[in-house]
Amino acid sequence: MGAYAIRRLLWLPFLLIIVTFITFTLLRFGPGDPVQVWLGQHQNDEVRQRILDELGLNDPIVVQYVRYIEGVVTRLDFGDSFRFRGKSVAELMAKKIPVSLQLNLAAIIITLGVGIPLGLFAALRQGTGIDNVVVAVALAFQSLPVFITAPVLLLIFALRLDILPTSGWNGFFSPNIVMPAVVMGVPGIAIVVRLVRASVLDVLGQDYIRTARAKGLAERVVRWRHILRNAMIPVVTSFGFTIAGLAGGTFIVEIYFGIPGVGLFTIESLFQRDYPVLMAFAIISTTLFVLANLIVDLMYPLLDPRIRLGAGHVA
Amino acid sequence: MSRNRANEPADATPARASIAAESSGGVIPEGILADGHSYWGLSVRRLLRKKLAMLCLSLIILMYGGALLSPLITPYEYTAQDLSQSRAGPSLAHPFGADRLGRDMLTRVIYGLRTTVIITIVSLMGGTLVLGVALGLLSGYMGRWVDSIIMRTGEVTSSFPDIILILIFVAALKPRLVDAVQGFEDATGIDWIIRLGLLDYAIISVALSIFGWFGMARLVRGQVLQARESQYTEAALVMGASTARILRVHILPNILSPLIVSVSAGLAGVAGSELVLSWIGIGVQPPVPSLGRMMFENGSINVIRNEPHLILFPIGTVTLLFFCFNILGDAVNDAFNPRAR
Repeated sequence: MGAYAIRRLLWLPFLLIIVTFITFTLLRFGPGDPVQVWLGQHQNDEVRQRILDELGLNDPIVVQYVRYIEGVVTRLDFGDSFRFRGKSVAELMAKKIPVSLQLNLAAIIITLGVGIPLGLFAALRQGTGIDNVVVAVALAFQSLPVFITAPVLLLIFALRLDILPTSGWNGFFSPNIVMPAVVMGVPGIAIVVRLVRASVLDVLGQDYIRTARAKGLAERVVRWRHILRNAMIPVVTSFGFTIAGLAGGTFIVEIYFGIPGVGLFTIESLFQRDYPVLMAFAIISTTLFVLANLIVDLMYPLLDPRIRLGAGHVA
Repeated sequence: MSRNRANEPADATPARASIAAESSGGVIPEGILADGHSYWGLSVRRLLRKKLAMLCLSLIILMYGGALLSPLITPYEYTAQDLSQSRAGPSLAHPFGADRLGRDMLTRVIYGLRTTVIITIVSLMGGTLVLGVALGLLSGYMGRWVDSIIMRTGEVTSSFPDIILILIFVAALKPRLVDAVQGFEDATGIDWIIRLGLLDYAIISVALSIFGWFGMARLVRGQVLQARESQYTEAALVMGASTARILRVHILPNILSPLIVSVSAGLAGVAGSELVLSWIGIGVQPPVPSLGRMMFENGSINVIRNEPHLILFPIGTVTLLFFCFNILGDAVNDAFNPRAR
């Protein structure tokens, strides 16, 4: 298992080089440059060229890229932001990351906290009216992308009932976090409910459950030790994807609710052509994504001793 | 992409089930029952029996058909303004009301739906069906370095949250392409490529295809590898069947049901990506209507407070479409993966 993890981690640097190179080239290939954006109405070619030279943006792309990677690898230097002059990207990101992490954490708590019990509940009452209602409601909620739930919740809770603030950020324990976290968490609830339900039903049909019941184990033991533990495997797998999905959903929610996290920062930077910020974002999100998937893979054998990593495993 | 991948464990079951049946020897394979119906026919019949799913399928066909025929069925032009009707609520003349410029919302919603429909069809055809199946077949059948190149490329494209890379991709390439096409239009006198939003459609579809083929390719590759090891393929080879025949007769049928499951599950994902891109503002450009852009423009607190119909109708349409996608995807998965029920 250790060797497997190391092999997967060794793949990460290659991946990062490819991803950063693609991002780097694409960004430079795009129209306009950060200096154009700064100068706005006061375009002056001489000034523009001077600043471009100063920033090294007139060098060939490969030279710029190598210089950037060298900075990251040798000094952990992600460069300075173009937009906020004199501030390093690392310093700016350090302020944004905790905000996004807290928001994500809140969303995950909502997703799993509601999803797993509901899924179990529905599966153990398969075929009854309650089961059908839970599944139908879950499907309805899954059909609600972030930019649909957001305005509706705003309409109800901020405008009609006036009990929650419309936007802004005040830390984890403030009413501001409620709506964004719910908006982010709700589509996931549906996915978790359906996954848990399907997987519990799958497990219920297995021989070992019949065996467990046949040898007279208490229903409670069968439920918790045999059903739930086995049923969690697909849920854990999908969790990696949930994280990826959250990364996608994060920036919409952050834009919508004006939350100063990584997502909003990245989109602003995209429109302002703040290349170093976008590069840092590519590195962070790729690393997180790979690590999340690795952790998910490493959790399989803990949940299901039959699964052995490495042998014949297609990454 | 993530949707495709999340579906894989379930997708692999029919193949596994049939292999198990094969190896048990002598027993009638699970897929073929006594009344002579094939696995395939049974699955379709199981699907047809699901009433809600069939209702959703009809609704999807209706919406797709309506969207594609939008110039014929909409009461107004999508650019036609009537400032006296600015922000008008729903009425007989404007069933969904009118927007800030007095444009008929019903017309704009139908055209917005057309944008979503065209992009989902093209991306799924291009990305999942053509790229995914072709590369998967190639990868599984050729093996060795072809396989390595295709699989490693796919792993790279699926190693980060795709929406971000699509954003960068579209933001970087689109303006260049717009310039090129404008040059082409000036030179040839054609003036409808950009006006009708064809370029936007093409770029977004390409971007979604590039990042959407891998789930399918991996699935197909797995099926091919399994089929290649099987005795019937070996027998066909011995009897002198060509590569094309083996792929078509022995391997493709194995792929069909995971393919259908994956496509029906992927619909909502592709449509969602298009909405996100347009919502952020780098998707389809105004005046060509898109539901994502409509929801962005009308998503502000002021609009929600004063003219909620401007946001509720686009939202309602999208929700209904996604709900149908999900129900259908679910039903298809049930029908084609009996074990996963």
